[in-house]
Amino acid sequence: MPFKRYVEIGRVALVNYGKDYGKLVVIVDVIDQNRALVDAPDMVRGQMNFKRLSLTDIKIEINRVPNKKALIEAMEKADVKNKWEKSSWGRRLTVQKRRASLNDFDRFKLMLAKIKKAGIVRQELAKLKKETA
Amino acid sequence: MAPRKTPQVTRNPDLVRGIGKYSRSQMYHKRGLWAIKAKNGGVFPKHAPKAKAAVSAEKPPKFYPADDVKKPLPNKRKPKPTKLRDSVTLGTVLIILAGRFKGKRVVFLKQLTSGLLLVTGPFKINGVPLRRVNQSYVIATSTKVDISGVNVEKFDDKYFGKKAEKKTKKGEGNFFEAEKEGENALPQEKKDDQKSVDAQLIKSIECVPELKAYLGARFSLKDGMKPHELVF
Repeated sequence: MPFKRYVEIGRVALVNYGKDYGKLVVIVDVIDQNRALVDAPDMVRGQMNFKRLSLTDIKIEINRVPNKKALIEAMEKADVKNKWEKSSWGRRLTVQKRRASLNDFDRFKLMLAKIKKAGIVRQELAKLKKETA
Repeated sequence: MAPRKTPQVTRNPDLVRGIGKYSRSQMYHKRGLWAIKAKNGGVFPKHAPKAKAAVSAEKPPKFYPADDVKKPLPNKRKPKPTKLRDSVTLGTVLIILAGRFKGKRVVFLKQLTSGLLLVTGPFKINGVPLRRVNQSYVIATSTKVDISGVNVEKFDDKYFGKKAEKKTKKGEGNFFEAEKEGENALPQEKKDDQKSVDAQLIKSIECVPELKAYLGARFSLKDGMKPHELVF
């Protein structure tokens, strides 16, 4: 199977280890075989090992090592934030975060809701079974 | 003596440690001792010595111990009142972790002077009466119940203490009978206290949807729940 996500200037990646865990960053230059220069609107541009990055499908149009203003403009133009939040990967992450932040009371309410939903589904299924039987 | 109204200021500031700015004669003048002498006719005023209280003659002790025993150092330590965790505030729902009511979710009312937490089910909802609970055996959740209408002034540690037992005459025949009589039924006064505290609480609990069922259910760890990752 050929590769589809390449390390290139403008590739958006998710940091999966370290102080900036969970941030979306843009690869702005490649330093050597293992490291990339990486930048994001809310962090200081710095180097990161490729092993700390998970490449995403999103790519933006920038020159090599743009200044912060140009980077932010390019990100706005490509609408990185919305694309990420609509993607299934991005949605999964928000759901995980929401689940982790649930209160004990919230978890209880969730359990009641799940039971109710399952009950309704089972009722409908029983109705359908009766019709076809 | 009454505490000073103005802070004490030295009239003779230090130039260097041990050396004052003013000489003896300058300080004599600054302190106004010349004025005190002048007021008193050229002599420094003398007060009559206070009458010493008559010292009662001490009798020599009857008994001297054989060896000199070391006296233990005096311990003037006063234990501080138990610090209430920041997460435990009035009306917080707590999860009891040990004892008869382990796993029960319960409403926090107030901290007693002994440091223990006064807590109630409410009784009608989950069977936990007005009870004392140690802060260490409790998880504080972030759910709060409105506790403003509840009066808990009258409850303190003495209310929950064991009643002093009446001394019964020892007799083998009476022994078993006495034990049976000793089983105390809960006094009506305590039942009324429980009802009055819970009445207000239950009203504020029913305002929040599903809170009543929440308090009636027990907490337990299920598959995949990691306590160190759970947000309470």
